[in-house]
Amino acid sequence: MTDVAVVDYGMGNLRSVAKAIEHVAPRLTVAVTSDAGVVVRASRVVFPGQGAMPDCMREMDARGLRQAVLEAARGKPFLGICIGLQMLFEASEEGDTPGLGLLPGRVRRFPPEKMVDAQGVRLKVPHMGWNEVRQTVPHPLWEGIPQGDRFYFVHSYFPDPASRGLTAGESVYGMAFTCAAARDNIFAVQFHPEKSHAAGLRLLANFLQWQPAARSPKRETTTTPAA
Amino acid sequence: MGLAKRIIPCLDVTAGRVVKGINFVGLRDAGDPVEVARRYDEQGADELAFLDITASSDGRDLIVGVVEAVAAQVFIPLTVGGGVRTVDDVRRLLNAGADKVSINTAAVQDPRLVEAATARYGSQCIVVAVDAKRVPGSGAPRWEVYTHGGRRPTGLDALEWGRRMEAAGAGEILLTSMDRDGTRSGFDLELTRAYSDALSIPVIASGGVGSLDHLADGILQGRADAVLAASIFHYGEFTVRQAKEHLARRGIEVRL
Repeated sequence: MTDVAVVDYGMGNLRSVAKAIEHVAPRLTVAVTSDAGVVVRASRVVFPGQGAMPDCMREMDARGLRQAVLEAARGKPFLGICIGLQMLFEASEEGDTPGLGLLPGRVRRFPPEKMVDAQGVRLKVPHMGWNEVRQTVPHPLWEGIPQGDRFYFVHSYFPDPASRGLTAGESVYGMAFTCAAARDNIFAVQFHPEKSHAAGLRLLANFLQWQPAARSPKRETTTTPAA
Repeated sequence: MGLAKRIIPCLDVTAGRVVKGINFVGLRDAGDPVEVARRYDEQGADELAFLDITASSDGRDLIVGVVEAVAAQVFIPLTVGGGVRTVDDVRRLLNAGADKVSINTAAVQDPRLVEAATARYGSQCIVVAVDAKRVPGSGAPRWEVYTHGGRRPTGLDALEWGRRMEAAGAGEILLTSMDRDGTRSGFDLELTRAYSDALSIPVIASGGVGSLDHLADGILQGRADAVLAASIFHYGEFTVRQAKEHLARRGIEVRL
């Protein structure tokens, strides 16, 4: 059986994701796959994505992967990366695209009026490079990663969860935004752990060890962070 | 605190090997791309750029093997350029493990290539490389775009060209001053600043770095989002870490 399925719907470079996982866990079998059956049977699922969200949604559906992704995200350790995080939400401003609706909230574009740094210099979009990630809740995937460590980002849109309880990490780019979201068996990040050197590899290693608790029917009480 | 400015060492590759002498202490084989990449990664490079300088199409395919080997070992972003002509070239490099592909001459020959590549793979992975040379004369400074490794003038105004490439979907501009390249006299700061102010996508400054202050000037005065350098790192004069420590002393946010 496949230990880790990396969902391949034809959008972007998945080799890096698979190589990074193999690097931290050489004994696991990692499949880059567009086979819904492999996704459903895998122990863990990584859901990456690059490019534009409308294309990603279309390509996922064209390969008949929607149900498999939904099923995986409801039951097993599930890691969304970049557009793979954005697709979990209800909708995106990018092309006014509906998402999978697994997490409440929308994906927004960095607003031009906020794209100014403390010195008054204009900030560029895409937000590209290494930014600090503030862990807003303790989580097994943050284990061993220093608070405020930098991860590699490249994106123009960011998730705006409907509930504060979904946010697991924040970064600042002209404004604070959610860069990691977590609920039950889902952890999803806007940055690229597979390109984020030691911190990113650690996060992937943590994901491979992660045993999320069975999903609680009383979600509010289990996901609200201890303030 | 927020986004760090990036330092990007650039490696010239031909026939599957890194060329230009590299003086890392303890490096067994200076020409092995994986070892060189790993060393820069250990020093804290934020990204790596590989430039395929192979003249023949026979040697060209070897860069794919280089990218595959490096991407399996080094987990920071990789930009690959040189001789990219078609959307299929872009696809092959991305599949090999490149995160971004840089397009230069082919973008001038057919600007629709940039549109097609960004439509297919997203703006985040398409870098347009611009080689710009100052147009002599009085009045406001102007720069012209050159292609074919800086040998062929195009008649295109460099700033206008940059705006067009941004509109075509480019995610980033790698801006090289032909006047400064190889001179070690610093970036063309006027050019860098003009670009950075005119465009809303990130600009990587390149060409002319001879000291660590040049890197800082490119960011502080040129307002570059990233700085690319080859020789100051290759010959072991400075490590990437020393460069970053220097930038930090000059008040620039870096990833240390």
